Amino acid sequence: MKWKELKAAYPLTIPVMTGYLFLGAAYGFLMKSRGFGVGWTAIISATVFAGSMQYAGVKLLTSTFNPIYALLITLVVNARHSFYGISMLEKYKGIKKLKAFLIFGLVDETFSINYSHKLPQDVDKGRFYFFVTFLNYTYWIVACIIGNLIRNLFTFDTKGLDFVLTAFFVVIFIDQWISQKNHTSALIGLLSSVICLIIFGQNRFIIPAMILMIASLIFFKPHIEHIEKEEE
Amino acid sequence: MPLTPVEVLITVAMMVLGTMITRFLPFLCFPEKKKVPKYITYLGKTLPYAVMGFLVIYCLKGVSIVNKPYGMPELSALIFIFAIHLWKRNTFLSIFGGTIIYMLLSRLVFV
Repeated sequence: MKWKELKAAYPLTIPVMTGYLFLGAAYGFLMKSRGFGVGWTAIISATVFAGSMQYAGVKLLTSTFNPIYALLITLVVNARHSFYGISMLEKYKGIKKLKAFLIFGLVDETFSINYSHKLPQDVDKGRFYFFVTFLNYTYWIVACIIGNLIRNLFTFDTKGLDFVLTAFFVVIFIDQWISQKNHTSALIGLLSSVICLIIFGQNRFIIPAMILMIASLIFFKPHIEHIEKEEE
Repeated sequence: MPLTPVEVLITVAMMVLGTMITRFLPFLCFPEKKKVPKYITYLGKTLPYAVMGFLVIYCLKGVSIVNKPYGMPELSALIFIFAIHLWKRNTFLSIFGGTIIYMLLSRLVFV
């Protein structure tokens, strides 16, 4: 069966599709309200392809021209993507075709599915990863375009629908928690983020949280590896 | 003063460049043929669990616990998701059930 990887990938992406439809459409709508038509919306969604950065980008596109600042802001907002790369080095190893596309499309949601889903033996991992990445990429672009094109899009009440992505990450977090005997890493992630959020506030906590996470993981390396050895 | 189309294009190009740096950097630093340093392998194994905790907090960063409704819709929905997921282990039920609970609570109960 040629399409079994697609069949395996599609159901996993349905929550992402729901969340993207809402957030992407809201982005397209926001762009339109700032005078950007479907052309720019499509180009930006297809090339930048990073939800929170695109929202931050609206501000960059409507204030004074400052390309260096735009680059720095992008590096800060998207720095977490490097963590996904480090985590996927092993899993994306040996994939020849389309590896560049997999890396290009390594957003929060795609990473979450591709890292945590246990693949059946008879499924080609490269094709599976590709379909997850490609589907999520397509949902996002289509949603952004829809939001830009359709007038009076939000006459129906979608308030709170964006919570679907929060629920999506929470469920993956629980699944990972259950699958692991040692919860040190998960707790480090939670606590570093909460502590930095309280200290630095919601607009400045990402980089400190990332640094604290790396530092804590290295600090607790002997402890984590000790428990892992005992499990084996 | 709005940006000219060329300035928009340059700004967008910078956003693309920045995003691609963050995504490609690990793969460029550690190509398949090169031996990956032990610390990076260790981080590659432990970071995913830490980063998922981070993503949960990242999604909830805008929730205020000092102003009304004190994060109650989020907290209730999270408790629901934990309970139903541990009970049924059905990803769809947990995600969409939690979302519906959240939407109902934030409109009807904690207005």
